[in-house]
Amino acid sequence: MTTDHIVKSFDDELNKLSDLVSRMGGLAEEQIECAIEALQKRDAVGATEAIENDRKIDALQLEVEELAIQMIVRRQPLAADLRHTVAALKIAPLIERIGDYAKNIGRRTLALNQSPPIKPLFTIPRMGRMARTMVQDVLDAFSNNDVEKARAVWVRDAELDDMYDSLFRELLTYMMEDPRSITACTHLLFVARNIERIGDIATNIAEVVHYQVEGQTLSEDRPKADEASVTVVEPH
Amino acid sequence: MTDPAMSEEQNVIPAQDPGGSPAPAPRKIATKVNATDVDVFYGDKQALEKVSIEIPQNQVTAFIGPSGCGKSTFLRCINRMNDTIDICRVEGTIAIDGRDIYDRDIDVVQLRAQVGMVFQKPNPFPKSIYDNIAYGPRIHGMVAGKADTDDLVESSLRRASLWEEVKDRLEQPGTGLSGGQQQRLCIARAIAVSPEVILMDEPCSALDPIATARIEELIDELRQNFTIVIVTHSMQQAARVSQKTAFFHLGVLVEQGATEKIFTNPEDKRTQDYITGRFG
Repeated sequence: MTTDHIVKSFDDELNKLSDLVSRMGGLAEEQIECAIEALQKRDAVGATEAIENDRKIDALQLEVEELAIQMIVRRQPLAADLRHTVAALKIAPLIERIGDYAKNIGRRTLALNQSPPIKPLFTIPRMGRMARTMVQDVLDAFSNNDVEKARAVWVRDAELDDMYDSLFRELLTYMMEDPRSITACTHLLFVARNIERIGDIATNIAEVVHYQVEGQTLSEDRPKADEASVTVVEPH
Repeated sequence: MTDPAMSEEQNVIPAQDPGGSPAPAPRKIATKVNATDVDVFYGDKQALEKVSIEIPQNQVTAFIGPSGCGKSTFLRCINRMNDTIDICRVEGTIAIDGRDIYDRDIDVVQLRAQVGMVFQKPNPFPKSIYDNIAYGPRIHGMVAGKADTDDLVESSLRRASLWEEVKDRLEQPGTGLSGGQQQRLCIARAIAVSPEVILMDEPCSALDPIATARIEELIDELRQNFTIVIVTHSMQQAARVSQKTAFFHLGVLVEQGATEKIFTNPEDKRTQDYITGRFG
């Protein structure tokens, strides 16, 4: 979008739309980071903050939707403008769901704090950092119409799935070793699942970015490595 | 390009020659009009440059582009309306059903029967509603007797979705109708002589949204039986009514393709800039 519109306020609205989506993304990234850090540090204040922050994202989502609908009414956007508006309208609820997952991690942290720590957590923070970076990258891709960057995120999700699978097996083993850890491990399993879902959503956003830039959806199959749903660990 | 003054009889077109059309090319969607390398000059000034386009049969093709881009000029080439302008010269070929309409032995009057036209401003004859429709078929001997004419008037008005509104006042002047009704009357008048192609030059630009919606609905129905080419300044209208869209700019046909594609993902930057309102 190099040339400006004849109607300048149309440009202002398109910019505002991008800006709102970026702000939603920024908040979601912070929320993920905050939730993971609270989990690591068993920090109830941080976890509560991650839960509370979700409201801001919800409010921004409403703003995005209202603006996009107003733009459709007023401007009847076409071509790249249409795709940009539709992309914002599709991405906003995806970010909102990322917020929901981060909020859920905060909640489970509060629950985990009620029981003794099981083992030092390495994989979950790594997964968290990776998911956060994926969200950041895919939203950069959205802002800059960078289809290659979006594609890279789309492909990278397989790694996150791998981590989730190995963590799944690890936690099952803990639970078998010590049934008293079942409550905590189950919460951790859900935390990991939430992070894994955030990665999936980042790939959904990548697909929207691809549509925004190229005018067509990504048609090939995404490399998928999530095997946890079919994994069985037998007791020794 | 400003529209040259049009005489009213151009809107009424005589009967077609039913024997003249060869079979359409063996394609999924047959091409009705095939233009190749069309150049148009007004005196020394070149208005159109190497325009080539296939207009599919029984579809609506929309021509869009800024004022003066040549879209109306090209539209008027399809029924040789530009012949009426002395300084206008057309080169290249335009074929309807495979037959070059600029051929020496083409009867222009017959051609304009085959290719009807509806203008921006409704231009009914200063006659009754009935006579507006009956005039063309009568002078071309398409009807014999009153019953026959009555039938044709009724069926034409019905096909133009006007019958219910005017059936009780057929003897009143056509000019007394509302703008939208007048435009449908002109469409009824055009289809009364059974054309194959209908050219529409901004047919809704003088109409309110309701009258516009009626015409658009009508266009969609008419394409079952006719091939329609419409020039419009409304992107939304082109997107709504057409299956194929062609974008003209500075006398050049910049891009043509499926309407859906042109309005969501055009190939050429000029198309994109125009339809999104970015032309300086």
